[in-house]
Amino acid sequence: MQSPAFRVVRALLLLLIGIFFLFPIVWVLLMSFMTNVDILRSPPSPFFVPTLRNYVALISGHLSTSSGEVQIDYMHNLLNSVILSTCSVIVSLILGVPAAYAFARFKFRGGEDMAFTLLSFRFAPPLLVLLPLLGYFQAIGLYDTYFGLIWVYQLITLPLVLWITRGYFEDVSEDLELAYRLDGHSWLSTFFRISIPLARPGIAAAGLLSFIFAWNNFIFALILGSSSVQPVTVGALAFITASGIEYGQIAAALVLSVIPTLILAIFTQRYLVEGLSLGAIKG
Amino acid sequence: MSTLILDDVSKIYGKDTRRSVDGVSMSIKDGEIIALLGSSGCGKTSTLRMIAGFEDVTSGTIRIGDKVVNDLKPSERDVAMAFEGYALYPPLRVRENIAFSLLKNRTPRAEIDKRVGAVSDMLEIGPLLDKYPPSLSGGQQQRVSLARAMVRNASAFLLDEPMSQLEPQLRALLRARIKDHMTAHRMTTVIVTHDQTEAIALSDRVAVMDKGLLQQFGTPDDLRERPANLFVASFIGEPPMNIFPGARTENGVVVLNERGEAAFGIAGATGGLSAHDGLHVGIRPHRIHVGGGVPGAETVQGEVLSSHWLGDHSHIGLSVGGCFLIAVGDRDATPPAGSVVPVSIPRDAVHLFDSASGAAIQHGL
Ligand SMILES: Nc1ncnc2c1ncn2[C@@H]1O[C@H](COP(=O)(O)OP(=O)(O)OP(=O)(O)O)[C@@H](O)[C@H]1O
Ligand SMILES: [Mg+2]
Repeated sequence: MQSPAFRVVRALLLLLIGIFFLFPIVWVLLMSFMTNVDILRSPPSPFFVPTLRNYVALISGHLSTSSGEVQIDYMHNLLNSVILSTCSVIVSLILGVPAAYAFARFKFRGGEDMAFTLLSFRFAPPLLVLLPLLGYFQAIGLYDTYFGLIWVYQLITLPLVLWITRGYFEDVSEDLELAYRLDGHSWLSTFFRISIPLARPGIAAAGLLSFIFAWNNFIFALILGSSSVQPVTVGALAFITASGIEYGQIAAALVLSVIPTLILAIFTQRYLVEGLSLGAIKG
Repeated sequence: MSTLILDDVSKIYGKDTRRSVDGVSMSIKDGEIIALLGSSGCGKTSTLRMIAGFEDVTSGTIRIGDKVVNDLKPSERDVAMAFEGYALYPPLRVRENIAFSLLKNRTPRAEIDKRVGAVSDMLEIGPLLDKYPPSLSGGQQQRVSLARAMVRNASAFLLDEPMSQLEPQLRALLRARIKDHMTAHRMTTVIVTHDQTEAIALSDRVAVMDKGLLQQFGTPDDLRERPANLFVASFIGEPPMNIFPGARTENGVVVLNERGEAAFGIAGATGGLSAHDGLHVGIRPHRIHVGGGVPGAETVQGEVLSSHWLGDHSHIGLSVGGCFLIAVGDRDATPPAGSVVPVSIPRDAVHLFDSASGAAIQHGL
C-alpha cells in the first residue's frame, strides 16, 4: 500500500513537472488573447481584458500595427502547411512502407546500403543540398511549386517512415505471413491483410512524426519557394514588422498552427495505443 | 489425402557451401504418418519449409499427389502446417485463428463451427476459443496452432514439433487422439519431433536425419532391430545402444576394451565378413539379461558397477573385461553393486557396423 504522504508528494511533483512543461503553452495561449500593450506591460499581469482581435486580424489578413495597416496572408500559409505536410507524408507512406517491408523481409544486394543512404539524408545540413537544388529547380520549373517542395520534403519524411516502419515489420514474425499464404492467399493480399495491420502502430507513429517534422520545416520553403507556397513557419516572419514584433499575433498564429498537428495526434493515438496492447506476442 | 514424394532433395542456404538438407529421398504413402527425427539443426524444419514452398529447393523434386510442386507457390500446394513458433495472428480470437483457412474456402458457417468445435475439443482448447492468442500460455498457443493446421482438408500436413510445450500426461492423451483422428481422416502427415517415444507412438514410419542427410527411413521396428548405421543405432533407444570396437575371430566376434584388449567374445556366424577389420559391435541394453540363464545366448561374467532404479526398470552399469556395458533390468533382477554376475547377450541382439563408414554390416550373429 502507498502511504498518503507518498501520494501527496507524488501529486506535488507531478504538478511541478506539469507546470514546468505546460506553462509556456498556457502563456502563449493567454498571449494570443492579449493586445501588444497588455503583453509588454511591466510587470506582466495575468489580469487583462481578453480580445479576439489577434485572431480576427489573422483570419481576415489585415494586420493593424502602430505604423499602419499591413496585409498578411497567414491563412494561406496555414493552408500551404497543411498541403505540403499532408502530401509529403502520404507520398512517403506510399513509397516508404513497401520499401521498409522489402528492407525488413528480403536480403538483397545493396539493400543495407540503400537504406543507409536514405538515412544519411538526415545527416547533411539542409543548406548544403538546397543551394545547388535552387539552381536546378529554377531551371526545370520546379521553383515555387507544391510539387517541387513535396519532392524535397521527402528528404525529411521518407527516411523517418522507412526506418521506423522497417523496425515494426522486422518484429512481425515471417511465419505469420507464411501461415496466411499456405491458406491459399497471394503474396500481395498477405502484405495488405497481415503485414500492414500488424505494423499499423509503427506506420501511425512514423506518419505522425514525419508530419510534425514536415510541419516544422522552415528552410526548404524559404529557399525553394515564394510566399505562394510557403508554410506557416516562413509566414510567421511577416510578424516582424518595421514597428516591432507583434507578439499577440505571433501567439495567435502559433495557436492556430498547432491545431492541425494536435488533431492528427489525437486521431493517431488510437493506433499507437493499439500497438502497445498487441506488443506482447509470445512465441 | 495424397502421396508426398521427395526425390533427392537438397537445400543450400544463400552463400553457404554446406548442404543443410542433403539429398533426402522419401516416399510417403497416401494417409501415411511419418515422423522426422533428428538432433537440433539437422535440417528438419528446412525440409518441411521446402515441402510447404517457403524455401526454394536447391536440387531435387518434390511431388504431392502426381504434381511436381517445386515451382508452385505455397498457396497452390494445398498443404497445412503447424509452425514451430506457432504463428498465431494476435488480433484475432482463437476461434477465428482456427477457422481462418476455412473462411477462405467459403465453407458454410455451421460447418465451420462444427469443425472448429470438434478439433478444439480433441485438443482440449474448447474453453479458450474466445480468448486472444497473446493471453495464452505457450502450450495453449501451440495447441491452437496445431488445431489451425488439423482443421483443414489438405493434401499433406506438416507439423513442426507440435507438442513440444505440453506436459507428459497431456501429451500422451493428445497423442492417442491425434493419431486416431489422422488415421480416420487418412491424413498424409509429416511430424517433426525430438521425442522418440512420440515419433514411435504417432507414426507409421520414422525418418532419422543427421547433418542434413537422411540416415534411415523405416518402421520403428526397423530402427530398433535393424539400424542402418552407427548414428541411428546410437540415436534411437533409451538408454542408447552399447557400442564398442571389435574384431572378427574364427567363430564370431570379439569386443575390445579401451586399451584395445579383447574383453569378451561372442560366438556366432559372421559369414558375410571377410575383409572387415575395422568393426564396431553394438548391443541393445534392453536385450542384455543380467543373471544369465538365457538359452542360445552368449553368457559372460560381469561386475556390477552401478544400478539406477528409474521407477519401472533400472539401468545397470556393468564392467565386462574392462568394457562398460549398460543393461536394462527389472526390479527383481537388480543385483547389488560390486557383485559379479553372469550376463547373457542373445546372439540376435548383436549388431555389427563398419568402423569407417558406420554402415551396418550384419544384424544378429
Ligand atoms: N534461413 C536460413 N538461412 C541460413 N541458414 C539456415 C536458415 N534456416 C536454417 N538454416 C540452417 O540450416 C540448418 C538446418 O536448420 P533447420 O531449421 O532445418 O534445423 P531443425 O532440424 O529444424 O532444428 P531444430 O530441431 O532446432 O528446429 C541449420 O544449420 C541452420 O543453421
Ligand atoms: Mg526446426
